[in-house]
Amino acid sequence: MTLTRLPARRPEATAPVVARRDRLDKLDLKVSPYLYVAPFFAVFALVGMFPLLYTAYVSLFDWRLGDDTAKFVGVGNYTELLADPQFWNALVNTISIFLLSSVPQVIVAIAVAVLLNTNLRLRTGFRMGVLVPYVASLVAVGIIFGNLFGVNYGLVNSVLDFVGIGKIDWQADRLASHLAIATMVDWRWTGYNALIVLAAMQAIPPELNEAALIDGAGPWRRFTSITLPMLRPTVIFVVITSTIGGLQIFTEPKLFSAMPGSDTGGSTNQFQTVTLYLYQSAFDNQQLGYASAIAWMLFLVIVLAAIGNYFITRRLSR
Amino acid sequence: MRQRLLATAIATAVVAGLVTACGAGDAADSKIHLTIATFGEFGYEDLLKQYQTEHPNIVVTQHKVGQAAPHHKELFTKLAAGSGLDDVEAIEEGYRAQVMAKADKFNDLSKIGPADAGPDRWLPWKYEGGKSKDGKLIGYGTDIGPLAMCYRTDLLQTAGLPSDPDGVKALFSSWQSYFDAGKTYVQKTGKPWFDTSTQIFNAMHNQHDVGYYDQNDNLVVATNPDIKKDWDAVTQAIADKESAKLVSFGNEWQAGFKTSAFATTVCPAWMLGSIEQNSGPDNKGKWAVSSAFPDGGGNWGGSYLTVPLQSKHPKEAAELAAWLTAPQQQIKAFVAKGPFPSQVQALQSPELLNTTNAYFADPKTGALYADLAKKLTKAQYKGPADGQIQDDVFAPALQAVEQGKSAADGWQQAVAGAQKAAK
Repeated sequence: MTLTRLPARRPEATAPVVARRDRLDKLDLKVSPYLYVAPFFAVFALVGMFPLLYTAYVSLFDWRLGDDTAKFVGVGNYTELLADPQFWNALVNTISIFLLSSVPQVIVAIAVAVLLNTNLRLRTGFRMGVLVPYVASLVAVGIIFGNLFGVNYGLVNSVLDFVGIGKIDWQADRLASHLAIATMVDWRWTGYNALIVLAAMQAIPPELNEAALIDGAGPWRRFTSITLPMLRPTVIFVVITSTIGGLQIFTEPKLFSAMPGSDTGGSTNQFQTVTLYLYQSAFDNQQLGYASAIAWMLFLVIVLAAIGNYFITRRLSR
Repeated sequence: MRQRLLATAIATAVVAGLVTACGAGDAADSKIHLTIATFGEFGYEDLLKQYQTEHPNIVVTQHKVGQAAPHHKELFTKLAAGSGLDDVEAIEEGYRAQVMAKADKFNDLSKIGPADAGPDRWLPWKYEGGKSKDGKLIGYGTDIGPLAMCYRTDLLQTAGLPSDPDGVKALFSSWQSYFDAGKTYVQKTGKPWFDTSTQIFNAMHNQHDVGYYDQNDNLVVATNPDIKKDWDAVTQAIADKESAKLVSFGNEWQAGFKTSAFATTVCPAWMLGSIEQNSGPDNKGKWAVSSAFPDGGGNWGGSYLTVPLQSKHPKEAAELAAWLTAPQQQIKAFVAKGPFPSQVQALQSPELLNTTNAYFADPKTGALYADLAKKLTKAQYKGPADGQIQDDVFAPALQAVEQGKSAADGWQQAVAGAQKAAK
């Protein structure tokens, strides 16, 4: 890289040794920092940037898995995708699951953080406790929740039946399946986000609260006027990361399906998300070009969502 | 200062070196290293040990995957990547057509394999199934899944239906009589007759000469009258409340066995293990296997061993595959783990015929399935997307009807889905 550009022995190398050392020092000052960060960027270029760009390239072809004669179709995959009802269905499912999971998740996470910030006994125990779901293996969580939400023999339906509400077909009903999957996501991530919010909460200077207390502000007033505004950057961070995660949701809906190993997301794709459709296109239908187009569309959607998110969160917590 | 620059350069070089240094370096002994990739239980563990003792110059490593789906996903990806496959790769019946579409990436076993692995070793249709369109022998047959009907003797009795082996023959003589008996059962007991409509539909479908594709790989889902007839019969049975609506192989389906949620289920030879495991010791002796199967028998599942072109030792790999699929070895595999042999000689061996399964009411299961296997004459032609149409199109469409969609809408979903999958 930069090293190779170092001047070899140039004719004026007869200059005094001190001057040469000086030049090297300057070079060192300028170049070394870049060399130190270079490994990261080299690895990123290899495993991050290259796949990203190559996916864009593949998305321009009608490329079957193992196909040696892929046909160039230009934006054909994208136009097909925009007219594909299954894609829009998957997008709506994804956004629905994302909203059903993220909105309550952030609100509950802040509430949990407030509770954890009070003077509890066994405070550390509670704080570690909310992180336990995050430690559990995602696949194990998926299998257990799939069982809990079983239509005939699931625990949730047994309880609903017992209290007289009656069984809900968590697999068949679109909204019910989204709720079940959102529950899975929330169970796993709320505690994690609560700890991040808690850390930010503890960084709020106590003087602010004390001053407000002296001015006669109640707990709710102090929460809305001091805590929430001070948490703004953290909440933005939490919202953006949960947006990225939420829009890429894959494992939960895949494992939720009653049909083991199925990528269809239910009998009528009622809970098939965009990544699940991507996976189905790539590895079941073996249409890698089409799958790559889905990947890029998803990327655009996430970028748009992240920008939108940023502005909304900024306005809300102003 | 200069040293720092040097140190940085070295550090960068070391990192770069580490990245490139991965891989490379086979053990430099003179032995031939073979690998074999299987899924589920093939029962090869002891056989491979035996093979290595008999062939001291060969070392075999087996790679096992739990389920067929991930195994085949990996197979197709590595086939596309051009490297990474094992010397011997197992393929399952449901993926056979997809593999045959890439037959140019496999060795022709009739050319490189040993002479004793000839056509007379297998049931004729099984041997033909291992061939590609242009007649190359891609796979040696391992096991098959002859179809029988399993039923709960106690449940049939409570509904006043005959439950002895001869009595049930009338119930299971045709699909019509099967669904009629189901109607009676539902009326008498108020409980479903079979586990899920997909199991029934797949069994019916596999009995036809022409399935989702014709011989020229044209999709005929919309025009093949047999498919529509099966669809109508099965959806009618759903409307008559004959289906327990349990998704095959899911955990509710497994629980359904234990809670006696249904009275009958189609059972290929390899299903007996799951029936026993899922129904549990409490239901021992209540399940029976009937050799009568509606509208004649059928086959469901079974596998082949292939040698991809990627293999560095194709000849040795073919020898290993031929040895493993020889009758005497498949018998041992059957005794160890239960895959039902597809070899003519194995079907006559006393070890197989005398096999009993004490879990079932009439325990002579070995002889029963051997009989069924001999009756099979041919296998349905499978087109390129056949497996997907079965699992990702028709199974969900039937499930949708079980969940309340109308049969007509479900049919439309199935036809549209099949056209998309076959594109």
